[in-house]
Amino acid sequence: MNTDWSVIANFMPQLLSGARMTIYITLVGLCGGMVVGTIAGLMRTYGNWLLNCTAMIYIEVIRGTPIVVQVMFLYFALPVLASIRIDPLTAAMIAIVVNAGAYIAEIVRGSLQSISRGLAEAGLALGLPRWKVLVYIVGPLAFRRLIPPLGNQFIISLKDTSLFIVIGVSELTRTGQEIMAANFRAVEIWSAIAVMYLIMTGTLTLLLRLIERRMKIL
Amino acid sequence: MSIIEFKCVSKHFGALKVLDEVDLDIDQGEVVVLIGPSGSGKSTLLRCINGLETITGGDLRVDRISVLAGNAMLREIRQEAGMVFQQFNLFPQLTALDNVAFGPRHVRGQSTREARAQALALLKKVGLEERAHHYPNELSGGQQQRVAIARALAVKPKVMLFDEPTSALDPELKQEVLNVMRDLAEEGMTMVVVTHEMSFAKQVGSRLIFMENGKISVDGNPREILANSANNPRLQDFLRHVH
Repeated sequence: MNTDWSVIANFMPQLLSGARMTIYITLVGLCGGMVVGTIAGLMRTYGNWLLNCTAMIYIEVIRGTPIVVQVMFLYFALPVLASIRIDPLTAAMIAIVVNAGAYIAEIVRGSLQSISRGLAEAGLALGLPRWKVLVYIVGPLAFRRLIPPLGNQFIISLKDTSLFIVIGVSELTRTGQEIMAANFRAVEIWSAIAVMYLIMTGTLTLLLRLIERRMKIL
Repeated sequence: MSIIEFKCVSKHFGALKVLDEVDLDIDQGEVVVLIGPSGSGKSTLLRCINGLETITGGDLRVDRISVLAGNAMLREIRQEAGMVFQQFNLFPQLTALDNVAFGPRHVRGQSTREARAQALALLKKVGLEERAHHYPNELSGGQQQRVAIARALAVKPKVMLFDEPTSALDPELKQEVLNVMRDLAEEGMTMVVVTHEMSFAKQVGSRLIFMENGKISVDGNPREILANSANNPRLQDFLRHVH
């Protein structure tokens, strides 16, 4: 077996642009996922039965189906069903928003429910309206407990972007496959790609550690 | 004038009847001590007063406002009736000072500075001004409970409700909390206290209520009731267990 690590340097510009695309999809997807997840989590925790049920169906449908099927549905089935045609990149970002949103909703619900009921009662007993109890007491405490499981989900979503190879989004994994198809340098290219994913997830982990350290869990 | 009026109040948890058509008037300035075996409904009765439990029958008025008059009115009642919990329930992310200033800031809309100045005065009253900048987990149980009393007082309630305030405390820490409560009673605060501290009932209480099976079975002067407990076998049996 002869390996030639110098080929990596030749393909670096392509690999970097793939990594940029991966980061872009992840960032947009997770920002949206946080919004969707927070709303769905609040609906599950505090909503009336209708809101609760709606959120629950969303979460169960998404958690019960593979993300590859979800993105295939968005990209191939939606044009047929509703004549909505979206480009692969948009489909990829929506898939992360919808998918991460479902998991984040459960993380949000879990954190909110882990805060002792007595604290909410203490707030109510002072004469606070429910929303202020949530904003000033339960929310800030739940937020600290959110960070570790949220970090987990961020890493999973980042790696999930590699599955969008199926709709041809030119993220990092897809870029690797294209390079491979031209030069068959499997060991070098896939090693380089693995390291690049590790750098991205490592940075994410480090950032979350820093935030976690600044906020004691109470 | 009655500040708290129970009119035929019932409370069900599903099929379980926890309060059974309770009638009770509490006047301004009274220190009512509620005792009874566990499950007799004494905590539930207390929690109905500020609407932490919703009554399922009858009517309950605090300072002439019904607990059934809607959320806005319920918040009025809660500002009139401060509550102290068995588990203290201090906000762990806030210092003692900010715990006490919390109510005035977010309920009464006071400025942070104003609320903190008042909070410091209240901490002084409960003997904890030098602990003002400590977080709850840096305080002993007795200190936490005194902060919790100050926090409830900060909203300037007319009535104070105590739900087993010393039950979670070591014996040597109970007294500091009971002393604060006694001072409060001597200032003329109307108080409803669920407790097992019979010495407190005897020395500070102006009225003793013994509850059984969701009903008030004995109601009167604490010293007289305790002196004549031999006439009531169930009360006597209960008292033997709390001593």
